[in-house]
Amino acid sequence: MSSTNKKNVFGRLLTAIVFIFLYFPIIVLVVFSFNDSKSRKVWSGFTFDWYKELFSNEIILNSFYITLMVAVISAIIATIAGTFAAVGFFNMKKRPRGILLAINNIPVMNADIITGVSMMLLFVSARTLLRFELGFGTLLIAHITFNIPYVILSVMPKLYQLDNNLFEAAQDLGASWMQAFVKVILPEIRPGIVNGLIIAFTMSLDDFIISYFTAGSQIQTLSMSIYSMARKKVSPEINALSTILFVSVLCLLIIINIREARQEKRARKNNLVG
Amino acid sequence: MNFKRLVFAVLLSLALTFTLAGCQGGGKEVVHIYNWGEYIDESIFKEFEAQTGIKVVYQTYESNEVLYAKLKGGGANYDVIFPSDYMASRMISEGMLEKLNFDNMPNISKIDETYLNQAYDPDNEYTVPYMWGTVGIIYNPNMIEDEITSWGALFDEKYSGQILMFDNSRDAMGIALLYLGYSINTTDKAQLDEAYELLKSQSPLLQAYVMDQIFEKLEGGEAAIGPYYAGDYIVMLENNPDLLFCLPEEGSNVFIDCMCIPKGAKNKENAEAFINFMCETDIAIRNSIATGYSTPSKEAYEALPEEIKNNPIIYPGKDVLERCETFTNLPQDILDYYDTLWINLKS
Amino acid sequence: MKQHGSTFKGRHFFTIPYVVWMAIFVVAPLILVVVYAFTSKSGQLTLDNFTRMGSFWAVFTRSILLALIATIICLLVGYPLACALAREGPRLQRIFLMLIMLPMWMNFLLRTYAWMTILENTGLINSILSLLGLPNISIINTQGAVVLGMIYNYLPFMVLPIYSVLVKIDSSVIEAAQDLGANSYQVFLKIILPLSLPGVLSGITMVFVPSVSTFVISRLLGGGKNMLLGDLIEMQFLGSAYNPHLGSAISLIMMIIIVVCMMVMNRFGEGEEQAVIL
Repeated sequence: MSSTNKKNVFGRLLTAIVFIFLYFPIIVLVVFSFNDSKSRKVWSGFTFDWYKELFSNEIILNSFYITLMVAVISAIIATIAGTFAAVGFFNMKKRPRGILLAINNIPVMNADIITGVSMMLLFVSARTLLRFELGFGTLLIAHITFNIPYVILSVMPKLYQLDNNLFEAAQDLGASWMQAFVKVILPEIRPGIVNGLIIAFTMSLDDFIISYFTAGSQIQTLSMSIYSMARKKVSPEINALSTILFVSVLCLLIIINIREARQEKRARKNNLVG
Repeated sequence: MNFKRLVFAVLLSLALTFTLAGCQGGGKEVVHIYNWGEYIDESIFKEFEAQTGIKVVYQTYESNEVLYAKLKGGGANYDVIFPSDYMASRMISEGMLEKLNFDNMPNISKIDETYLNQAYDPDNEYTVPYMWGTVGIIYNPNMIEDEITSWGALFDEKYSGQILMFDNSRDAMGIALLYLGYSINTTDKAQLDEAYELLKSQSPLLQAYVMDQIFEKLEGGEAAIGPYYAGDYIVMLENNPDLLFCLPEEGSNVFIDCMCIPKGAKNKENAEAFINFMCETDIAIRNSIATGYSTPSKEAYEALPEEIKNNPIIYPGKDVLERCETFTNLPQDILDYYDTLWINLKS
Repeated sequence: MKQHGSTFKGRHFFTIPYVVWMAIFVVAPLILVVVYAFTSKSGQLTLDNFTRMGSFWAVFTRSILLALIATIICLLVGYPLACALAREGPRLQRIFLMLIMLPMWMNFLLRTYAWMTILENTGLINSILSLLGLPNISIINTQGAVVLGMIYNYLPFMVLPIYSVLVKIDSSVIEAAQDLGANSYQVFLKIILPLSLPGVLSGITMVFVPSVSTFVISRLLGGGKNMLLGDLIEMQFLGSAYNPHLGSAISLIMMIIIVVCMMVMNRFGEGEEQAVIL
């Protein structure tokens, strides 16, 4: 888009206001993770105690561990399954593909609470028949189910952008379908796959509602234990945990950003030289 | 080079570390406890684990109705639950509880017999009493100058915006019925309608419907007045010694909360070991002191410090208890009617 | 199985596992919701669950109204913000984008809970007001607080899709229009707005759907007084008035509302398959 500097002032101002709005509560959380009392409103001095206590709070650590496990496993499975499904959908006749993609979109478009409630109904009615208990397994199934569509939706566009000549060339050179797929197609659609993986991971990490309905009674994700705390009092250890998470993600993003910017610079230099 | 991969690698390694950490706990005997929030001294779990080798997995709920829903339709599998009298009765009648094997629980002998064989479990087959208590009004005299003596204060426009109310149907309707002078176990729909209308007119005056959030709100002066359980008032005093408690003149609800084992519990023997442990005198004392509730254990009561024993809020006299009524289970059509009224009230 | 000279074709049997998966875990659960909605506790076919719906009129209108307000405010803030972002240099764009996504990595319950700290009667805003000698305002436990929570949580969902459409607009199209004498107002109305419509539409659904169905935000910031559809459903399944049949009926109606909304939207946007994603 073309830029006109006059409008940028307004744009910058708006951006600043929105960022203050977005980060104000987070700053409050971070600040009160260092508060020397259990209060979340009254400042009574600086302490690191909550960080120390965090590492001895079994409930929080355990639920954080479950959250991470579910996010990692479901993201990986969903990425593999979703990529295969997307490749299968690709070039399908328009009618059946349309129907399948519409069904695929249901978990994305539907309200989380309906996805959660409907899966809970399924699990609860199946559990007496198949003799299993709601727990990590059902939680994982639920997360995989709502993650796959995101992977498909991010892999599909990459498939459509494929340069057909590449595949053709590979086959002309005697590659089998599988070889050509692995050597030519996969590298081409990899950005889509990685993107899908990250979206799936994030979605799973941030989910509360679907987990709330499908996790049963044996385990709790971090969101669930925060929710049950929020009905009494959230202990400052949670603030400490979020601060750690926030700072580590922030650092990671900054590192990535610096590296990418450096690479860009190098690329530009190379272009100039070349 | 794709640095998104780096992000992922870091997260993966993080997860793996946690897996290794998590594996250490696998394969042990467990007992899944589902209790009211703020209703146990959590430090006793370590001792139970040390004594029996059984690991405690602990979760909390906020009302009897939520407990019922979770057991009925949430795919739950707990080993020990803590329903109140009327809910225990409902669960027994719906076949949701296991019969207890009292041979595994010799400590039941320590419980005062006045709390056994109650109407909700006449032959005392399913329940072991955990705590008892009353409901009253807790208020902050710095924000409310009058002395509160009646449930009417909760419906008083003077305190608009400062009032909290129970976020469960039985307790909320119970208060309205008491104020109107009816039985809290009435099955007369006209009386229930009247109570509903009263609650509906109260709704605009309320700051919020709460359960355990009331601790923070009353302690911190966020709200001025609200009804809650006497034991929790005792705990609130630790953080705000100004708060006052009133057991209204219209009478109130006296309740017994029980320990039960839900039907199909996976670890029934562990559950019985846990219940037995909870009845041990020193454990009962610690729980009673930590929660502020009144213990049904004879030995524990005897061993309590005098100031607790003689505290009329924790152990009210006969005259007060005579004004109080116990919730009983209601017939199915009235239960459904309660649900309807409750949903309508909140919508 | 070589197909010389052929273009890349997907293997259709790859879809079979996923189709089976969808049938079990997406379609079957929804069928169960329908079955529950049309049966009573004793398992008989009934319409009772729907005839009771009339008494929830207030909840339906409140949910839709609050979600609409939140969506409109998100759009009014999000669109100009997305435009402003798209106009920045690539480096700033990347940083800003990151900063918009970053809060999503913090638990949303926790962020909502932080708003309680800020908005309460004895919270941060009122403490500051008292310090300045100004009268206190009560925000917490009102519908305004619920809307604020929705905007806070879902604003990024509005900004990101609009932004991703805006950056793809070919600047030569705009230049061509300017060459043909269009002023900036005309350029916006005739070119940018129509081209960004898919992003706007997916932004609207991504804000409206979670807003209309939330139960956490209304529970934490609304004080249990401003019940939304999500609260009503949660109450029937894991809350204080257990009745999954009624809960399913309400879910079904909510689903119909969402589908109708989306169909209306698709009318406008001629349903693009890929416009959905961030």
